[in-house]
Formats: sequence, C-alpha cells, structure tokens
Amino acid sequence: MNGVEFGIVIALFALVTGIGFVAARWRRAGTLHHLDEWGLGGRSFGTWVTWFLVGGDLYTAYTFVAVPALVFGVGALGFFAVPYTIVAYPIVFLAAARLWSVAHRQGYVTAADFVRGRHGSSALGVAIALTGIVATMPYIALQMVGIQAVIEAIGITSNHWPLVIAFVVLAAYTYSSGLRAPALIAFVKDTLIYVVVIVAVIYIPYKLGGYDKIFSAAAKALPAKPSKGALTLHNSQYLAYSTLAFGSALALFLYPHAVTGVLAAKSRDTVKRNMSLLPAYSLMLGFLALLGYMAIAAGITPAKGTNGKPDSNTIVPVLFDHQFPSWFAGIAFGAIAIGALVPAAIMSIAAANTFTRDIYLPYLRPTASAREEAQVSKIVSLLVKFGALLVILFINVQFALDFQLIGGIIIIQILPAVVFGLYTRWFHRWALLAGWAAGIAISIWMLWYVPNPLTNHKHFGGAQWALSHIGLDTKSAIWIGIPTVVINIVLAAALTPVFARLPRGIDHTDESDYHAEAGDAKVGSLPVSPGQEAVTT
Amino acid sequence: MSEHPKHSSSGQPDPTARPARPRSGRLNFRPINLLLLIPLIGTLPPMFYNRTAPSIGGMPFFYWYQLLWIPISVTLTYVVYRATRGER
Repeated sequence: MNGVEFGIVIALFALVTGIGFVAARWRRAGTLHHLDEWGLGGRSFGTWVTWFLVGGDLYTAYTFVAVPALVFGVGALGFFAVPYTIVAYPIVFLAAARLWSVAHRQGYVTAADFVRGRHGSSALGVAIALTGIVATMPYIALQMVGIQAVIEAIGITSNHWPLVIAFVVLAAYTYSSGLRAPALIAFVKDTLIYVVVIVAVIYIPYKLGGYDKIFSAAAKALPAKPSKGALTLHNSQYLAYSTLAFGSALALFLYPHAVTGVLAAKSRDTVKRNMSLLPAYSLMLGFLALLGYMAIAAGITPAKGTNGKPDSNTIVPVLFDHQFPSWFAGIAFGAIAIGALVPAAIMSIAAANTFTRDIYLPYLRPTASAREEAQVSKIVSLLVKFGALLVILFINVQFALDFQLIGGIIIIQILPAVVFGLYTRWFHRWALLAGWAAGIAISIWMLWYVPNPLTNHKHFGGAQWALSHIGLDTKSAIWIGIPTVVINIVLAAALTPVFARLPRGIDHTDESDYHAEAGDAKVGSLPVSPGQEAVTT
Repeated sequence: MSEHPKHSSSGQPDPTARPARPRSGRLNFRPINLLLLIPLIGTLPPMFYNRTAPSIGGMPFFYWYQLLWIPISVTLTYVVYRATRGER
C-alpha cells in the first residue's frame, strides 16, 4: 500500500464530506422539507452551477475508468464515447428547453411526472418511472467500480471496508443536504479532474516520447489482443459505432439523473446555454480515452481485483501510479473517487424523487403532504444506495457491468412518451404503453442472444446484436436500442388509430407551458404544494 | 387507468384545464435550428473519417478529426442559442 497516495485520497475525501454537510445551508430558501428544495436544490442553479452539476453527473468515475479501459482493450471502437457526447447536446437542445418550461409551470420533478400530466395516464407514468429506476440502479452500483479501481490501485485488494465507509458517508450527507451536496462537491470534482487530465495528457506523452510513439505502440499491440482491435475501425464495426454513439446520445437525457440536473436550473435560458457549453467536457473525455493507448505504450498490466483476476478497469489508476509521483497520483485517485460520489448522489436522489412522485404519491398515498414527500424521498435515497452496495458486495461487479449496458437500451424506450410528448399529443396513451412494453420485451429477447466471449457468458453479454441472426452474411452488429425503439415508435403510431375509441387522458398542460420562462407564474400558483393539490380535488 | 387529479387545482378557475381548446401548434421552429444537425452528419458516419492519414503531431486522422468536432459543435450550438435567445 502506498501511504502518500492513501493519505491524500483520505484528505480529499474528508474535504468533500465537509462540503457535503455544509451544502445543506448553501443558497437555502427556508426549508428542506419540500421536494423542490431537497430534490432539485430549490430549482435555483445558474449557468455555472448547472454546468458543473450536469457535467459532474454525466461524466462519471465509471466513464473515467471504463472508457480508457475499453480503448485499451478494443482500440478505435472505444472512442465512440466522443461522437456520443458530441451529438447528445445538439439533439436535446430544443427538447430540454421545453421540458424545463413545462416542469417549471406545472411543478414537475421527474420525466414521469410530465408524462402522467401530459398523457393523463398514471399507468404510463409508472411505466416511465420504473424504467428510470431500473436503468439507474446498476449505474449507481457502477460508481462503486470507480472507487474500487482506485482502492485496488493503491494496493488494498483484500477487503471492501473502504468502499462501504465511502458509501455510508455519501448516503449521510445526501440525506441531509439533498441535491445541494453533489452540486457543491461537483466544483471540487471537476476542478480536480480537469487538472489531472490536463497534466496527464501533457506529462505522460512527454515521458513516453510523444503521441507518435504512443499511437505506434498501440498499433502494434492492439491486433494481438483477444478483440483483434486496431487504430481504426474494421468495416464491420461501422454500424456498431454509429448506432452506439447515436443511441447512447438519445438515451443520455432520458435518465432520471440527467432530467434532475436540467430541472434544477433556474431558467430556460440557463438550460439552453448549458446545452451549448456542456460539450466542453467531451474534449476532456476524448483525451481521457487516449489514456488507454498511453497505458499500452507504458506497458501497463491491470491490477488484480478483489476476485483475484486482473481487472482491466484499473489500467488508468495503475498508469497514474506508474507515471506520476505519489503525491500527484494521490490527487488523481482522489479525483476519480470523488468523481464517483457526485453522480452516485444525484442518481440516488433522482431515483428517489421518481419513486416518491410517480409510484408512492399516485398509488400508495395520494394525500401525502409536501413534507412527507420530501421525507419519503430522503429515505428512499438511502435504500437505493444500500441496494447498489449489496449488488457489488454480494452479487458481483460483472452483473452491474452487464446490466448497465442494458440500461441505455431500456431507458431509450421511454423516448416516444417523453420526447414526442413534448411536441404532440397525437399518440394515444395506450398505444404509447404498448410500444414501450414491446420495445422492452424485444430488447430483452435480443439481449438474450448476445454472448460475451471474454467472460464465457452465453447470454446478456453485451449490447451489440449480430446481424447474422437475421440471416445476413456479415460480421456487422447493431446497438440493440436503435431497432427496438424504432419498433416501439412504429407500434405506438400504428396502434393510435386502433385505440381511437378508447378514452384519451386529460392533458393537464397547456401549449403555452412549453415556452414558459422563469418569472412566469406557476400553475395553481404558489402556496399550494403538489400533495395538497391532490387532496383538494 | 384513471386520470390523476393532481393539477386541476383548488377552487379557482384553473388556466390549464382546457381540454377542448384547439391546439394552435405554436412550435416557433426557426430554420437556424437546422445547424444542430451538422454535428450529427459530421461525426456519426465513421466511413467519412476512418483512416489514419494525415496525422497531426503523431495523432491519426480518426482521432483528431473527431476531437475537432467538439469545438465545431460547441460553436454551432452556441450560435443557435444566441440566435434564439429570449424567444419562447
């Protein structure tokens, strides 16, 4: 174990823990006993805070360890993360502004809230809510993989205690401060990450003899790997690369935690400006991805994981350990570990808000007060983190990894109800529900037929479906979410006229809601909390 | 499944409960929004850039080309943001 690295990581962890608890008092508007306060930081974040919050939310510790590890293992295909995060923002630019406006007007906290109000269907709302929660849970578990990679690289491979302590502390300040904690910690996280990445992409190539040497070392080593990778794509990988990038981009802002980040912004203008500024993070991600090749050039071999086998997710921490002096490696490790805490906090808050607003409130306690709502959300955020911890400790990491691949494919199935819903009410609520169900079912059926040769799993081994399944003589594969969301949309469109005789739900939104800006009056104006409204009608 | 009664609020006339109102389709779509499509065209078909030459500073074309699209994408999205700012 490296004492200097360990000491610095502990010091940084103590710093953000302090910030996490102090955050409860930051920009506080009276009470935290309201979901708008605990779960959305008072809907008050300006451009800077939103930029750090959403960036800290979407570019997770798992991204930092997994993207370079993928590039290390398979070469060019792993670089899909760059086009993915380039196109995500132009795609959601217009829709995110509309979602913010309608949520501001109607007091919506989650995407499922919006769907229930827009389509007048609690059933559809619950479907959207469950999809979001199921897709988020393994993502939270994966954040622990980021922390675990750091712990292993420092040289602690024998036990899980550091991980458990980290998550208990995280759970405590998320409980007390809500979304303000990760928002404030995100400043520390991203500042550290930027410093580490900038130093890494200058200092490591300098030590290794330049980018020329790095890329030629990778060009030599990649074809010998099990994946038979290369510096460029094989022709048969084009479809996988495009659909993975495009599909992941479509899925990104459908995740509950991404919606939480958007809705916590103080104005429609803040959302639009952020969509234009957030891709700056992609530059960092692009260079991070290249750390995979630097690890090849530096002759890095992955450290052993807690299961005794080499864990390829450790290559970035091990690279830092080899290339940096101990004190800077410690800072880098701290950055990765904190990078796990911010998204884990936001994800658990988002999942908890979704449960409270879209399952607990409509089905279990329609009369819940605003205070009770906030309390339920706080408790659920603890349960969610605890559940994720159990998955990592008692099932295994591979389960979380496989599941996360599925996450994007599942979450993209809510696109017609949410995104089309922002623009039109043409679709019938039952047709949308049928399309969603078919999309999920067919996705799972297709995922069953994806083996993973590296882990010897026959099923659920990845998200790429070989076109040879439908008799095409090709090695090409497609990211499953794309064909299944197309089926979902086609079915919803085809069934809409069929269901025309069934009653349509009442639309609680108005066309003008979709253009509202901060300062416009909220519906049913002020002192009435969502819970009380439910009682009075 | 039933309507959730939530937002049709308390007593006062509710400005949103107007299901019979014809939708005017106020989409306000401006052609400048089409700039948002350019990054998709530039980065999603890998056959456009799947080669190593020319490399810059040792970095193969495949990599610097995609990294170059980040500032281009930021610029285009920012132009759309500025052009549509204040519009609803």
